[in-house]
Amino acid sequence: MKIQFTVALAALIFFCTYSCKEETFYQGHSIYDSICANCHMEDGSGLKGIIPPLANSDYLKNNQLEVACIIRYGMEGDVVVNGKTYNQPMAGITYVTDTEIANIINYINNAWGNDYGMVDFKNLRIKLKECAAEEERIRLEERAERIRKMNQ
Amino acid sequence: MKYLLGVFLVTFFFACDNTPDAPVKGLVIAKKDVLPILGNRDIAENGDTIYPTIPDFAFINQNGDTVTNADFEGKAYVADFFFIHCPTICPKVTQQMLRVNDKFADDDNLMLLAHTVDPKRDDVAALKSYADKLDAKTPKWHFVTGDKDELHGIADDYFSVAIENPDAPGGFDHSGRLILVDKNRHVRAFANGTDPDEVTQFIEDIKVLLAEK
Repeated sequence: MKIQFTVALAALIFFCTYSCKEETFYQGHSIYDSICANCHMEDGSGLKGIIPPLANSDYLKNNQLEVACIIRYGMEGDVVVNGKTYNQPMAGITYVTDTEIANIINYINNAWGNDYGMVDFKNLRIKLKECAAEEERIRLEERAERIRKMNQ
Repeated sequence: MKYLLGVFLVTFFFACDNTPDAPVKGLVIAKKDVLPILGNRDIAENGDTIYPTIPDFAFINQNGDTVTNADFEGKAYVADFFFIHCPTICPKVTQQMLRVNDKFADDDNLMLLAHTVDPKRDDVAALKSYADKLDAKTPKWHFVTGDKDELHGIADDYFSVAIENPDAPGGFDHSGRLILVDKNRHVRAFANGTDPDEVTQFIEDIKVLLAEK
């Protein structure tokens, strides 16, 4: 009985570890699939000519901190990914936290054959603060411009 | 005791086995000989069955040309509803339209008709740019714009939804269905364009329809 119990316990631990081992990047993966995958697709392939890929993407690899700001604030205008120019506005995901953004980036950094390591969380937060200030500056500028036009 | 442990093991084994990218196993593709005509039917006074049909339409495509039912004369086509600024499901649906387009690239008997639900922003120039990026060519694949009420109204006939709603992401509520219409303007099949597995079945349905005499 004791041996059986030990064997069963060992098997339990083995199965549990085995079946849970692919749960890395769990939060990033689930947020990605529920929000980002609508456009970038579950396999990170994007949409031909319109939405750039994240799988095997030189832009993602080389712009880790910028990507954090793009997730939160969106982007407009041309972006060159793997030598191809894309121009489709992306809406910002305003309600994700700094931690969630880091988790999304870490997921896409390591999914679909990507091997871009982990984003530096400290630098990510600094970058997000900079982008927040920049967004606020643009917002105030646009507001001033509107007021100037109204008074003309 | 042994039994309990067994239950424990099984429970633990399955409890964690919810990795989102676990492959779908045992997907069965049903073979059909004939596709049904979908929708509510009426009986005419003489006893004939009247099937619902796609009404007359006239929209403007990505080249600025008017597109009507006549352009689809004698052909089957796949319709969908989308808009370029769509922050939600549209790219996934368009991805599946692209899949259908590529699959039947050499078959002139199948066409595609993508309706924008946002004609204010999606004018001819915007649709042209979008279609060119996708490498979508007329007369195979028309992207059409036109009167908003007409575009939203005809969605009903395609068993689809297109409603302006300021609270919806991007400003519109709409369904992401791919709808298969035959040469007699009857809807014969549809699929949820966000579900690639459903579209796999849908592609089989298209083959069945195209094999009809």
